[in-house]
Amino acid sequence: MQINNTIMSKQLRSRFVKNAAGRIVPTVVNGIPVIPFRGVNKYRPERLMAAPPVRSCVDYPSDGNKLVKNLKEALKKAGLKSGMTISTHHHLRNGDGLTNVLFDTVKSMGVKNIRWYPSASFPCHDYLIKYLEDGTIHHIEGSMNGPLGRFASEGKMKGTGVLRSHGGRYRAIQDGEVHIDIAVIAAPTADAFGNANGVNGKSACGPLGFALGDSEYADRVIVVTDSLVDFPCVPWHIQGNNVDYVVEVDSLGDRSKIVSGTTQVTKSPDRILIAEYIAQFVEESGIMKNGFSFQAGAGGINLAFLLLLKERMKARGVKARFIRGGSTQYLTEMLEEGLTDFILDGQAFDMEGVRSLRENPNHVSTSPFTSYNFHGKGNFASMLDAVVLGATEVDVNFNANVVTHSDGYLLHGIGGWQDCLSGKCVILAIPSFRDRVPIIVDHVTTLCGPGEMIDVVITERGIAINPLRQDLIKNFSNSKLPIRKIQDIQREVFDICGGAPQPKRSAKKNITAIVQWVDGTILDTVFSTTPNTD
Amino acid sequence: MKTQQPQSGSAGRIGLNVKSDCHVQVKLTSSGGITIDLKSKVEALYGNSIRTQIDDILKYFDVKNAVIEIVDQGAVPFVIAARVEAAVKRANPGINKNFIIAEPKLLKLNVRERVRRTRLYLPGNEPHFFLNAGLHQPDSIILDLEDSVAPAEKDSARILVRNALGTVNFGNAERMVRINPFPLGLEDLRQIVHHNVQSILIPKCESASQIEEVDNEIDKILKLHNRKRNIFILPIIESALGVVKAFEIASASKWVCALSIGLEDYTADIGVERTKTGMESLFARSTVINAAKAVGIQALDSVFSDVNDEEGLRQSVVEAKAIGFEGKGCIHPRQIKVIHESFAPTQKEIEYAQRVVDAYVEAKKNGSGVISLGSKMIDAPVVKRAQHILSLAKLNADK
Repeated sequence: MQINNTIMSKQLRSRFVKNAAGRIVPTVVNGIPVIPFRGVNKYRPERLMAAPPVRSCVDYPSDGNKLVKNLKEALKKAGLKSGMTISTHHHLRNGDGLTNVLFDTVKSMGVKNIRWYPSASFPCHDYLIKYLEDGTIHHIEGSMNGPLGRFASEGKMKGTGVLRSHGGRYRAIQDGEVHIDIAVIAAPTADAFGNANGVNGKSACGPLGFALGDSEYADRVIVVTDSLVDFPCVPWHIQGNNVDYVVEVDSLGDRSKIVSGTTQVTKSPDRILIAEYIAQFVEESGIMKNGFSFQAGAGGINLAFLLLLKERMKARGVKARFIRGGSTQYLTEMLEEGLTDFILDGQAFDMEGVRSLRENPNHVSTSPFTSYNFHGKGNFASMLDAVVLGATEVDVNFNANVVTHSDGYLLHGIGGWQDCLSGKCVILAIPSFRDRVPIIVDHVTTLCGPGEMIDVVITERGIAINPLRQDLIKNFSNSKLPIRKIQDIQREVFDICGGAPQPKRSAKKNITAIVQWVDGTILDTVFSTTPNTD
Repeated sequence: MKTQQPQSGSAGRIGLNVKSDCHVQVKLTSSGGITIDLKSKVEALYGNSIRTQIDDILKYFDVKNAVIEIVDQGAVPFVIAARVEAAVKRANPGINKNFIIAEPKLLKLNVRERVRRTRLYLPGNEPHFFLNAGLHQPDSIILDLEDSVAPAEKDSARILVRNALGTVNFGNAERMVRINPFPLGLEDLRQIVHHNVQSILIPKCESASQIEEVDNEIDKILKLHNRKRNIFILPIIESALGVVKAFEIASASKWVCALSIGLEDYTADIGVERTKTGMESLFARSTVINAAKAVGIQALDSVFSDVNDEEGLRQSVVEAKAIGFEGKGCIHPRQIKVIHESFAPTQKEIEYAQRVVDAYVEAKKNGSGVISLGSKMIDAPVVKRAQHILSLAKLNADK
């Protein structure tokens, strides 16, 4: 299916409306009508799930050998045409060399106006700016940061970016919002049938969950590997039965940037203080009890929190049932020391994470389908007892921003952030200001998470509990922790920074990107900024 | 303001790793008014307020024609003010007034015996470290104008520290400044003494007269500003001669609240290397402790310089405590908790102290002049020590 007719001929006129969160959003994005955010849990699409075309095994080599000689051949066989949607995954992180080669190839075939649907982009993908400029890529639907984010933020991308959470990306595939014409899946190990995993091979990266939906729903699926093994490749994170073509290459990218050798815990005393507050909060709230669960990340505060919580769990003899990763050496140590029964892992951040996933049957690979998907019959995120997340800004009503900087530039993707907001106790761990930038604001630059879903904001200057969580407030009424009103912390920071920031000047005319809520409705708009002169 | 010819001066820090600071260049011109060329990380948030602030400061110093170039990495207002003031003064050294951004607030009365388990050193020319220092709850913070400030930056750091004393919330920490040896130190005192400083650290002390000099200068400045004296003096002994003169130094003024030792300089002075066991400085440390105790003041140990060696730090505090030190210098907030924990009385010490205090209370109730615990007689200093242990224990329990 091509998107030519919709994107290229802008027959539908978009207007701006105010959504249920009070944000100004467009009614048409990239030529397709969209639904403004209606409130948390208010919208359900009523239609059948999307599905890939019917295929028959007799049309595939009976010996199971789907190898084609190179990527260009595979793309040709897959029927690549201008205006198509190509998807990739980000498990190779900043070491991904394949995506850049992929678009070199697309360009060499004279194909234009591709919608790129990555599960995330990284600084290594700055290389693709030239393809955004020359029209090979029409627009990106996925996270944009660094120079790519800058490019898009300054209004230079032809189409409108669409920012979705990991769960939202899977949902968009399932409810037909995004139809993937060709999925190109980098596989650290694969066989000629297309079975693939991420735990073996020289480019081992851990799970391949972000590519799962792509492999199941795309018209054509190409697996590209730099470590081809004889059939069967086990475990098969990606099933060969969904794969059309297999391509062998010398290298998928830069190993040293795919996973780090070791993950560093923050040394910043302020961040460690925040981590201490979180650990103490989780213990005092009663969340830390036998059989509990939480989400662990690899960010500086999160790792420090993990280590401090571990000490507390050991001291109290408490064991978790499962921890959702982002796996790191520190998480696998908890599994090995018996402090958790399982790691449910979405992505591995260091070599130890990869090794543990390969060797330990209780370290289990997950995908956005199991963990986050909105159209699943439940997901793991809502079962988490505690979730610790970051943010770039939070307002006094606990609404939070995770994608833009206070100057309006795209800074981060949404990742699993929005999906995790459905956890039972959602904790935002943030410094109260960075240099002279107050983080607790009156209005977030971009709304990514409705305040009603955020329970606690923990800063180095104190802990603010959402007034909606009176139970928690009562729980902590006698605590020695610095529990404060969010407005108090904001006022203190304004005092340090020299008052409230001046009102922002934003033309609010040209749209850089839209932020979707997990259900696919439009939560907010990222307007393009004027280029910074430096 | 009279300027014979256009002059320029600059102040502040610039570079990739600079945070919460700015670099200001002031070029005085003879005409053309004020031009401000601002490159700021926070232009969108505070660009207007930065320009207004610079205008106000220039007006205060009667600067009417100048080109100001400022590269700002998110400096907060007291930092911007300090950098602009320093740059203006460097462009025109004739200026002898100060731009005070906040009048000093009334502080809680400082007491000589207050607990000083930790004193956190903050390099005086690096404002990034000032802002959150109090959150880590050291017993004292030291804004350092001496060793951590390059000779060429003394004037600029002095202004910055003065502004920080006026505006930064250091929590309950005792607010100390380490000044330079005289005559530089004299300039330091003139900028800071009447701006919310609670104790002055004097480096490289070798005689009572050094203390008297500082003592007199503090009195003089306070009198000039019509303020009552509540500033203590903390001499740092860091040479062989200083060790010999420890008692003389400790008893030089009633405002001396503690003696401290600096082992990096001391070991260099006696020509040995500083080791982890500290055997080479045992005599010096013991002498300083003894001199302090003879006068009835605290003895405070040097810093432990390996930030990553938590166990080593813990061990060194246990040893310091064992020979009579009551505090330790910190060069990183991470050291604070470890030091507080290690100075905390043991359960055994707390229990014994409680029994002593109970016996004292009992004796007082009975009107008995003799305090006894079991078959032992208890003297007044033992009671005092027991009370001190209990208050320390309470400090740790409250954390």
